[in-house]
Amino acid sequence: MLSRLPGAFSVAGMAEGNPNDRGTAGARALVRFEAVSKRFGGFVAVDDLSLNIYEGEFFALLGPSGCGKTTLLRMLAGFERPSEGRILLDGEDITDMPPHRRPINMMFQSYALFPHLTVAGNVEFGLKQDGLPAADRKARVEEMLALVKLEGFGDRRPQQLSGGQRQRVALARALAKRPRVFLLDEPLAALDRKLREETRFELMALQEKLGLTFVVVTHDQEEAMTVADRIGVMNAGRLVQVGPPAELYEQPNSRWVAGFIGDVNLIEGRVASSEAGSTVIESVAGGRMRVAQRVEAPSRATVCAALRPEKIQIELTQPSNSDENCFAGRVVDIGYLGGTSLYKVRLDNGQEMRAAVANRSRAIETAIHVDDRVWLSFAPEAVVVLP
Amino acid sequence: MFFLVPTLIVLKISLSQTVIAQPPYTPTLDLTAGWQGLRDFFAALSLDNYRALGADSLYVISYLRSLVIGALSTLILLLVGYPIAYGIARLPRRLQPVLVMAVFLPFLTAFLIRIYAWINILQREGLLNDALMALGVIREPLVWLSTDTAIVIGIVYSYLPFMVLPLYASLEKMDETLLEAAADLGCPAWKAFWLITLPLSASGVLAGALLCFIPIAGEFVIPDLLGGSNSLMIGQTLWLEFFQNRDWPVASAVAIALLLILLLPILLYQHLQLRALGDR
Repeated sequence: MLSRLPGAFSVAGMAEGNPNDRGTAGARALVRFEAVSKRFGGFVAVDDLSLNIYEGEFFALLGPSGCGKTTLLRMLAGFERPSEGRILLDGEDITDMPPHRRPINMMFQSYALFPHLTVAGNVEFGLKQDGLPAADRKARVEEMLALVKLEGFGDRRPQQLSGGQRQRVALARALAKRPRVFLLDEPLAALDRKLREETRFELMALQEKLGLTFVVVTHDQEEAMTVADRIGVMNAGRLVQVGPPAELYEQPNSRWVAGFIGDVNLIEGRVASSEAGSTVIESVAGGRMRVAQRVEAPSRATVCAALRPEKIQIELTQPSNSDENCFAGRVVDIGYLGGTSLYKVRLDNGQEMRAAVANRSRAIETAIHVDDRVWLSFAPEAVVVLP
Repeated sequence: MFFLVPTLIVLKISLSQTVIAQPPYTPTLDLTAGWQGLRDFFAALSLDNYRALGADSLYVISYLRSLVIGALSTLILLLVGYPIAYGIARLPRRLQPVLVMAVFLPFLTAFLIRIYAWINILQREGLLNDALMALGVIREPLVWLSTDTAIVIGIVYSYLPFMVLPLYASLEKMDETLLEAAADLGCPAWKAFWLITLPLSASGVLAGALLCFIPIAGEFVIPDLLGGSNSLMIGQTLWLEFFQNRDWPVASAVAIALLLILLLPILLYQHLQLRALGDR
């Protein structure tokens, strides 16, 4: 979308139409939020939010604490009523429908297992509410327990289970009713790292196997990036960008998104020249940048470019083509992360940039130390100019 | 040990005979009489008093009355106390202590004075009759005092905190997300109460019921002040035996027999408390 304000511009390749959403063309929107707002007294938790979630996708709502993602999820489940706007499921307005009538089920962050029932009693609870006969219930319970790899646990009580096992019971219980939409509220928050990784893949496999629509709420961007087909990033009650993980990472639509997802270097500059397929920017960092995208903006307009640390090459000697896409500076800090090393470099103009390099051999090849003079170089395709 | 000694003394007296002497029972334990004195002492003990209890229908009726009034009062306490406890538990956190205090506040005033206040309310020219006539419910004042109804009213009023507190404790502990989970799985709110809330508060219900029933069965002051003199609860019977008849042994036998009747509920209550401590 083109803006008439001076200094603003549009970046070719960005979505036209609804800036909040870009789904797979032709896929059916299973869930629609239409201009939904939620206020608690004077506090606005969700602010005029519109979103489509498509059938069969694994959708993640990502954002910092307090951004409204859990409130949005709870509105979808029916535990909160929107102050304004509508929620539609498969075309039907469910805004006023109480939670026990919605074909939507949720896995709670605290699991909320019924302590006075056995595992089997928990899993069949929803089926009992549906009036399923006992024989069918038994069969479904066994099917679900097998699905979450808890066969034989039917007679145990929740108090006798470990955290991971309790989560699987909560999973089985919610999925037993084969809901249209399955909601997960911070499902991996309580697990340790190893278990978190395993459960992540299990959830993905489960979703693919069952073909259900999953909506997960998380503040952990690594989690969202791993499991989701599309991510909706939220901040302060608003949806700031929606798209597949790669798009969010490589083409953030704002400084905030660029900084929120992963690590990023932000470089300011002025447009020097622009032609089809590339633009030259005079950066404040004191060097020329050639960017492999067409930036439509008047000459001398200020822009902000995002460069991810892993796309930077760091060298102790000045490279041959050092007048373009190359910054010089001094190493001030090195973070050793096992698989990668993170170099913090102070450029000649004072700005700090971070470069991440994979440790390919056991002794660090380039043997860079603190206080070394280094040159950071990168390809034109590696930089993204932010709108 | 300290708590057991009075009970043992009462047990001993219950096995003695009454005499006009000081103390008014025999045998008395004389440690200076040596081994022979001890053997004489135990020989003189007998179960005569217990046989007397069984023989006279007065006592049996008294015990039955106490148990029936105890059970009835406990049931009413449950029906009145549960909504109160539930209501307090569902309020915002910061208001809860205030209301729990409000339930307890009457206990800060003297018990006897509050029962006398009920005499005032329930008498023929009392507040209850005035209110009912003003509302047009009745035309003539009804008799409230000296009836079993008055006893039950007095008991329910006095023991309400003992029912509300254990109920509130177990209801307050319940995780409210369980109700959300129930709703999420298709269970409407009223059904969730029966399927989730009530079963999870069962321990509180039992604890409150026992905490009330056990002392109510032995109540004396309330039936004495608010009840009639035609039929007595066991507490009153005991008082009469002790102070009017001056028959300490029979009175003691009444007390021990009551203890034995209530033994099962008492042990059940102890078991519940220990299990609650274990769960924590």
